[in-house]
Amino acid sequence: MMDMAASQREDHRVIARFISAGERVLDVGCGDGQLMQLLRSERGAKPRGLELERAGVNRCVARGLAVVQGDADRDLPVYPDDAFDAAILSKTIQEVARPRFVLAELARIAPKVIVSFRNYGHWRVRFALLTQGSVPSLSHSGAWWSDGARRPCSARDMSELAAELGLQVTAIAAVGRDDDAQASLGWTNWFAEEVVFVLARTGKAQS
Amino acid sequence: MATLSRSLTAADRLKRLVVATPDRPLRLDSGRALEHVEIAYETWGRLSPARDNAVVICHALTGDQFVADVNPVTSRPAWWPRMVGPGRPIDTDRFFVIATNVLGGCMGSTGPASVGPGGQRWGVDFPLITIPDMVRAQIALLDALDIPDVFLVAGGSIGGMQVLEWTVQARGRVFAAAPIATAARQSAQNIGFYEVGRQAIMADPDWRDGAYLAHGVHPDRGLAVARMAAHITYVSEASLKRKFDRRLQDRSAVGFGFDADFQIESYLRHQGQSFVDRFDANSYLYITRAMDYYDLAADHDGQLAAAFAGLDTRFCVFSFSSDWHYTPEESRNLVRALNAAGCETSYVSIDSDKGHDAFLLEEPEYEAAMAGFIDAAAEARGLPPRSAGP
Repeated sequence: MMDMAASQREDHRVIARFISAGERVLDVGCGDGQLMQLLRSERGAKPRGLELERAGVNRCVARGLAVVQGDADRDLPVYPDDAFDAAILSKTIQEVARPRFVLAELARIAPKVIVSFRNYGHWRVRFALLTQGSVPSLSHSGAWWSDGARRPCSARDMSELAAELGLQVTAIAAVGRDDDAQASLGWTNWFAEEVVFVLARTGKAQS
Repeated sequence: MATLSRSLTAADRLKRLVVATPDRPLRLDSGRALEHVEIAYETWGRLSPARDNAVVICHALTGDQFVADVNPVTSRPAWWPRMVGPGRPIDTDRFFVIATNVLGGCMGSTGPASVGPGGQRWGVDFPLITIPDMVRAQIALLDALDIPDVFLVAGGSIGGMQVLEWTVQARGRVFAAAPIATAARQSAQNIGFYEVGRQAIMADPDWRDGAYLAHGVHPDRGLAVARMAAHITYVSEASLKRKFDRRLQDRSAVGFGFDADFQIESYLRHQGQSFVDRFDANSYLYITRAMDYYDLAADHDGQLAAAFAGLDTRFCVFSFSSDWHYTPEESRNLVRALNAAGCETSYVSIDSDKGHDAFLLEEPEYEAAMAGFIDAAAEARGLPPRSAGP
């Protein structure tokens, strides 16, 4: 048996810290279900998934995970209010066509929304833009067009969108920092390549 | 046709139970009631001491209860051997599998070819039945077998409609459900195709206003045409092209006549001819009508999600990309309703060019997903795990 913990993505381990036993969790863009398996086996949560790619869905179901094939941009409105305790967007919010809509929908479906994303406010991005006028890839896989982010954003952008939607940022974690300490928005926006935000519904939208 | 009469008589010897009597009639959606109903069925595997491992399989329009064994009446092979059997996703070493012949069918269950109260065969005096009526009869059979809860109900096509109906009728008694290549309502396109089939049967002079059995004849030509038309909807343009394209049948040039010049014609004629040997024309009318009438949302003010509200059944919906009989879009509508109802739902869409019939054929990804869904459900239900293979 291979070491499952070692195969898990770092942002998954950070996200899992914010999920408690018995919580009903919707993982939007769940891929092949790695995070769902982690949440089920190590956190005792009840995860369900939504995934666009057919192959990922079928692999999840073959592993005994409850996943539907669907599109976050289209299929979220059917879920009832508070259908889940938590909703997760792990590295998905920059891939959807309507991030504001998707985030607002998730905050309707669950009182707690956890978002992980690449931080385009990182100093390397700023430095490259300033000195070379070029947007670097944050995926370590090549150029700006290769890492899949349709809607690049920074930690500060996410903070502002959350405020606009009436969501309180209850925790900010920099992926890759091993401690449980919470980072400030300013530090995170300069120095974290990957960020996890925990958002809570306050009921007071600004718009 | 002599073969059919022989089949119907032979079907009389199949295993069955009486599920409705004059004291406890089967009340139908039409408002009528049946005072004598027999349901033919087959089982595989053993019922656990806790009676918690029952699986109900619902067959499609022209299927029967012989899911995992040769049909002794028609000698046709098991119709779902890839899915049901020892070590298969629906593992008969673990589960007690029950398959019935639907109410209105012609493989031993009460239907239009059965003898009615007056001592004559029912013919078209048989009451119109619905999908919910079929499931009512199946639930009555499970009650007669003293099986209160069902671990899994699975089926494709009209069998999938029955699966949906099971979950809402036997509310709280169905742990897991696998509706496959199906819809919560019959589409206008499907009603249209089946109306063509019914008209072909009824236009056959041998139909005799439905009383053909009393006259010793059978509307074979009409029934064959009905089957040919329907069969086209079960396959896809891609699979027809792959199998036949425009290839000619045993000739090098078209014959300038109406013989079966093309392989596809010959194939469809064969499908029609072999069908009349095993199926009753009136059963075809009744079962297709039941499909037409199916609209699960209609009883819930048009809100499909309301039908599923509060169910704790876990669902896994399957669709196939090239299925234009029950399209993936209809499965997605079903899945949206299940999600809206808060049901634990999986949705597996399989990329296949085999059309509607793909649900009966080899599709490894489909079988793996089904096995994963069932194993996880069995674990959640506390059933013993799948035994390691030999």
